Amino acid sequence: MAFLEVRHICKSFGRTEVLKGIDFSLEKGEVLSIIGSSGSGKTTLLRSMNYLELPQKGTVSVGGEILFDYDDPHKFSDEELRRKRLHFGMVFQNFNLFPQYNVLDNCTLAMDLLAKDKARQAKQHFDKSASHRENQQIASDILASVGLSAKLKNYPCELSGGQCQRVAIARALCLKPDILCFDEPTSALDPELTGEVLRVIKGLKSSDSTMIIVTHEMEFARNVSDKVIFMADGVIEEQGTPDEVFGAPKSEKTKSFLAKSLESI
Amino acid sequence: MQQLPIVLGALNVGFLQTLKLFFITLLGAFPLGLVIAFGSLSRFKPLQYFSRFCVWIIRGTPLMIQLLIIYYFPGLVMGNNIWGSGESGRFVAAAVAFVVNYACYFSEIYRGGIQGVPYGQQEAGLVLGMTRSQIFVHVTLLQMIKLIVPPISNEIITLVKDTSLARIIALQEIIWAGQSFLKGSQGIAGAIWPMFFTAFYYLIFTAVITWLLNRLEKKLSYFH
Repeated sequence: MAFLEVRHICKSFGRTEVLKGIDFSLEKGEVLSIIGSSGSGKTTLLRSMNYLELPQKGTVSVGGEILFDYDDPHKFSDEELRRKRLHFGMVFQNFNLFPQYNVLDNCTLAMDLLAKDKARQAKQHFDKSASHRENQQIASDILASVGLSAKLKNYPCELSGGQCQRVAIARALCLKPDILCFDEPTSALDPELTGEVLRVIKGLKSSDSTMIIVTHEMEFARNVSDKVIFMADGVIEEQGTPDEVFGAPKSEKTKSFLAKSLESI
Repeated sequence: MQQLPIVLGALNVGFLQTLKLFFITLLGAFPLGLVIAFGSLSRFKPLQYFSRFCVWIIRGTPLMIQLLIIYYFPGLVMGNNIWGSGESGRFVAAAVAFVVNYACYFSEIYRGGIQGVPYGQQEAGLVLGMTRSQIFVHVTLLQMIKLIVPPISNEIITLVKDTSLARIIALQEIIWAGQSFLKGSQGIAGAIWPMFFTAFYYLIFTAVITWLLNRLEKKLSYFH
């Protein structure tokens, strides 16, 4: 069984069918890019994987364990839901950084809360300041790896878009998720800042990191991915390696989409 | 001007009642307002409807009528004046009426503030494994407070002057004290100038409150 298995996801908003049966799988260490026009269901698919959207049908499994079985609606406790969600990290298009915390605290907030809850559940003594110092060290190292060591005490309102998105990536990485999801990470950035964020994402690629990136950056998708999915009208129109999908697309819709995307105006 | 100490003495006693009512109202209405706001935002429909119904009744009727009903109803209808006798009894009744009334107004401001925090903030909290109450306390609350400082300032300044309504159940607040010198009290009668002093007390008090709220707004401007 693959590391991530998504089976038959169907999602409608009212009478609008947005996802019409999505199946795909991903191995550990692979990078998947999801491309397609607006409205094809890319973001909804990403959000269905960690329970931000509730599909009507389908299952999501990670590491052999069925995390969400949407065919069998079940009310999860806060605890269960949190444990399942933490398999995924999420980087949003408009960053969603917490404006009242500086860069370092943005990263350590969730880590501290999680450490406290874990200790309480295990009925262990919890040393708040020692745990916080440890988390600060981990967060500082990760922030250094995305090039933001000099900005630890700055607030999000003092940073550029590219810097904000790098903080968002670091914040997601601090919780060590199995699969890191990016929802159009550079769509809100100008071309200059887009490059710095794409470089960071490329730098994360390793045998340990599994990533899913919804993006409009075709060159990036081609260079970085191991697998590409092209979505149109709520279904997977085409999937395969970057060379297969970009170099030799089989479907007419894929060909037309790629032609439009690479068209110089 | 030997009348001045007499008048100021009386105004000070009245002002003390005004201040007590003001602070007790805020002490009670701030937390109660939040509870009512949660009720109005509840996903449990019966609770939501009940909460919004109560807010409609309390905001839709004059505070003056609420004061009269709260003070006189227990004694006249139930045959038992639960407020106790004298000025302290009147004060407790006034405090209850004011706390309930202002809590309802605050609850709508809180609701606006909570809904004004972008939903992406909550989603960010959820994907980071935070529980809903952790998200409220650590993410939403401060952003909500920053949003509600201007409208809450308005309500607080209104409260400063609304306290004078308590005279309808004969609470001896500052306007009562000032007005007594129009009719005649402690040897002074037909004097309008104590009313100007009374107004001046309100003016100074409002200026102090406004200054404090401005400082709060400045303190919260480190992020946006």
